Amino acid sequence: MRRPLYIVMAVVLALFLLSWYLKTGSYKGEHEHYILRGLLVTFSAFLTLAVLSFLYRDNPFYKFAEHLFVGVSAAFWMCMGFWTTIVQNLVPRLSVSLSEYFKVPPQPGDYNFFFYIPVILGVLLLMRLSPKGGWISRWPLAFIVGTTAGLNFVRYLRSDFIKQISSTFVPLLGTQWQGVGHFLSNLDLSATGELVVMFGNWVIFLGVFCGLIYFFFSKEHKGAFGIGSRVGIWVLMVTFGASFGYTVMGRISLLVGRITFLFRDWLELIN
Amino acid sequence: MGNIGIILSLVIIFGGLVALLIRSVLAREVDRRIIFLFIFIAVAAPILFPITFSEKPTPVVQALFDKVESLPAGSTVLLSFDFDPAMAPEVQPMANAISRHCLEKGHRVIFMSLWATGQALLSQSLSEYILPGFPEKVDGVDYVSLGYKAGNEGVLNVIVTNFRKMFPTDVNSVPLDSVSIFDGINSCRDLDLVVAIGGGAPGPKEWILFVGDPAGVPVGVGVAAVIAPQMYPYYPEQVVGILGGVKGAAEYEYVLKTTHKRFEDMDSPGLKMMGPQTLAHIVIMSFIIIGNVIYFRSRRKEKKQ
Repeated sequence: MRRPLYIVMAVVLALFLLSWYLKTGSYKGEHEHYILRGLLVTFSAFLTLAVLSFLYRDNPFYKFAEHLFVGVSAAFWMCMGFWTTIVQNLVPRLSVSLSEYFKVPPQPGDYNFFFYIPVILGVLLLMRLSPKGGWISRWPLAFIVGTTAGLNFVRYLRSDFIKQISSTFVPLLGTQWQGVGHFLSNLDLSATGELVVMFGNWVIFLGVFCGLIYFFFSKEHKGAFGIGSRVGIWVLMVTFGASFGYTVMGRISLLVGRITFLFRDWLELIN
Repeated sequence: MGNIGIILSLVIIFGGLVALLIRSVLAREVDRRIIFLFIFIAVAAPILFPITFSEKPTPVVQALFDKVESLPAGSTVLLSFDFDPAMAPEVQPMANAISRHCLEKGHRVIFMSLWATGQALLSQSLSEYILPGFPEKVDGVDYVSLGYKAGNEGVLNVIVTNFRKMFPTDVNSVPLDSVSIFDGINSCRDLDLVVAIGGGAPGPKEWILFVGDPAGVPVGVGVAAVIAPQMYPYYPEQVVGILGGVKGAAEYEYVLKTTHKRFEDMDSPGLKMMGPQTLAHIVIMSFIIIGNVIYFRSRRKEKKQ
């Protein structure tokens, strides 16, 4: 490591130690564990700034935060997997004594031989760690993939396919159409008005129709078909634009969350 | 003081943007770190010197609000906290607002989570934001927390026919048969409304697919902005309303505050976040314009050469 880097690290650590000292001073008397809380908030602030420092360029602080995050996440999910899946879901259905040992309420009525099957499949899954017996883990994996696909297939077919097609069948004149005279005399430009509803239904109909034309490659995109295809591209562009807008909003919200943490919990600039 | 602060910040931001525009017109490159700096100032300034806007609820948000409002007191509403700390700044405000609204209307609320990380955020929401406003509400009678249950879609697949098979007890290990909220509630089919709040899998989409559609239960969703566009095709046939990102949360908070006097002084993080959101979006749009100026200038330059 180069010498300036040591100096930077020393300065950063000194600053964070100072902020910890100042924080514990401000908390004193208000919290029972003020020293620990001050340390945790300061460490959280350090990690937040370490992650954000990547925006300048890659650096050891970012790498430290990244590795810590990956390690802690892996450990967290491993613990959660054991305590929530094995201890809470499986143990109460296998043995009363094991349930008492882990202090989870047993479910005697649910005892069933079939609950040993996931135990066996789980053990087989761990065979992936063995260099020679790794192929055995493919059996439980195949079971997982097959079950998930089977479970989702029906639901997606009904809700995402059939119901979505039926939702596309919208009345192009709206549901309150009573003739041109009535329409013109009651012209309403509000979001729930007849004109806007009718316009929305036309957009859905033409948007879906032209979008499908764009993905139809068995015919050359020329003439009227080509115009439909081009409209389909525009529909897709607008859709992607809306998604992008929402994504920007989401990312900014996360940044607001982090900056609020720094200003409120760490620096105490705001309430 | 706040006004002076925000005016000063706006002058710095827009003065800087004009300077960058001039620089781009002169065909000079803009370092990406300059963009980050502008975004930081645009977000930090309204946090330090708050600016708030009034929100007009969009029909998708109003529809969910009206659904909660129209249910008779004593209806059973299930709220699922399917999110993690990374998503929390966006969706926790809407979860808190809907929970408060349900309790205010006298609905019985069942809280649960399909995400392990959601359980901690659920208990934080209950103890810090929701329950302090309702000291009269009793655990097990007016609300109950079932906590987290592993199994993803499998959990939904079971509770759509039998709650007790998947949740023999609540989060405090009290048997479900002793919890009075569950009198007459055997499965999701007996619920009056499900509100799924999240932004990943399993989450709102899975609630629609595995509970809403097969059981015929009305489902409302509050989602992170990233997946909000994916939810719109389900409205209004398969979901009763959508809160999309922090904008949806702000709209819900606004309509809640204006219609229920009890919440007039309620903490509203969604509304507070709209200040930084608005300013940051204006800065991003300005950079898109500046980027296009640079692009068209460089293209014209290439053509000339």
